[in-house]
Amino acid sequence: MFFRRKFPGQATLLLTLLICESVLAADADREAGKLAYNQCIGCHSFAYHRTGPKHCNLIGRIAGTAKNFEYSDAMHISRVVWSRETLNDFLASPLTYMPGTSMGFIGVKNSDQRMNLVEYLVHQSESDQCDP
Amino acid sequence: MSKQPSKLLFETFINSRRNFIQKAGGLSMSAAAIGLLSGTSINAFAGEKAVAQDVRILNTAIGAEHEAVAAYQLGAESGLLEPDVLKVAVGFQGHHKEHIDALSKAIRSLGGEADDAKSNYQFPVEKLKKQRDVLAFAAGLERGAVSAYANAIPVFDNRDLSLAAASILADEAMHWAVLRSALGLDPVPGAFFS
Ligand code: HEC
Repeated sequence: MFFRRKFPGQATLLLTLLICESVLAADADREAGKLAYNQCIGCHSFAYHRTGPKHCNLIGRIAGTAKNFEYSDAMHISRVVWSRETLNDFLASPLTYMPGTSMGFIGVKNSDQRMNLVEYLVHQSESDQCDP
Repeated sequence: MSKQPSKLLFETFINSRRNFIQKAGGLSMSAAAIGLLSGTSINAFAGEKAVAQDVRILNTAIGAEHEAVAAYQLGAESGLLEPDVLKVAVGFQGHHKEHIDALSKAIRSLGGEADDAKSNYQFPVEKLKKQRDVLAFAAGLERGAVSAYANAIPVFDNRDLSLAAASILADEAMHWAVLRSALGLDPVPGAFFS
């Protein structure tokens, strides 16, 4: 309160700067996530199924349930619901998290990289290209 | 407290095995026999699971190779490629077909069945308007494949399969470099790739 009464202009400026900074930081993380997604583009795209299922509308989806994709039994019966947390765990080591999956991928071992990747997945999977 | 059925079953199994071993020749042999019996059966089970996993990973790789063959086919039939470029593209497509053959053979040697190509593939056809677009599209696929093999090599249980995957990775990395070069990009843009 003291701060606001004495320096109302500065407070607004500071707040604006802080917001800008966090927006920029989020952009930077997402950019890093996009780079990490290069490890996925051999098999996945957002908009359509390839060797792996499409990544659009991933968050909240039950694993192994996208239409017209043939999943392994392991993923089909897993009952995992994709969230930031489950994606983070799965992507660290898919074959340990879900034994029997056909995603033959060692995992994204760096936790920062993984976090950025998950943010990118969340952001992209709800973007315009993913409109139903 | 009543015992759970699964626990009962287990005890019955242990007891009957103990009886069997005692009848078969006394306690001195039983420890070694238990070790041997349980050791081999657990290993055989783990071995089967590992082979099944290797087959699944190989089939996923085959899936990506089939997609590459279809993509080069699309490029070749697009009418957008100059004759010299077309020749190179068809050559690369031939490599991908050879990869499929090699991977299928590996699957059969493990007692598995190789997946067939899908009846159709979705590609960003609307974005392919000139030769450069086709080359960039192919380069993207090759780059993705290099990364996919790099991340698959460590998960094979059978090291021979890792070796085969590394050999294919090397070939696809060369495709990528040639395509980048044709696009006027630095063919080898870094020292490491993941
Ligand atoms: C070698 C090919 C390949 C690569 C590379 C790959 N995936 Fe997959 N992915 C698959 C396959 C195949 C499946 C289906 C797995 C199954 O059915 O067990 C899958 C499934 C998934 C799923 C579950 C989706 C659903 O519909 O339930 C997610 C999430 C996922 N992959 C994310 C990723 C991310 C992120 C990357 C990059 C870090 C990646 N994948 C790299 C092949 C791949």
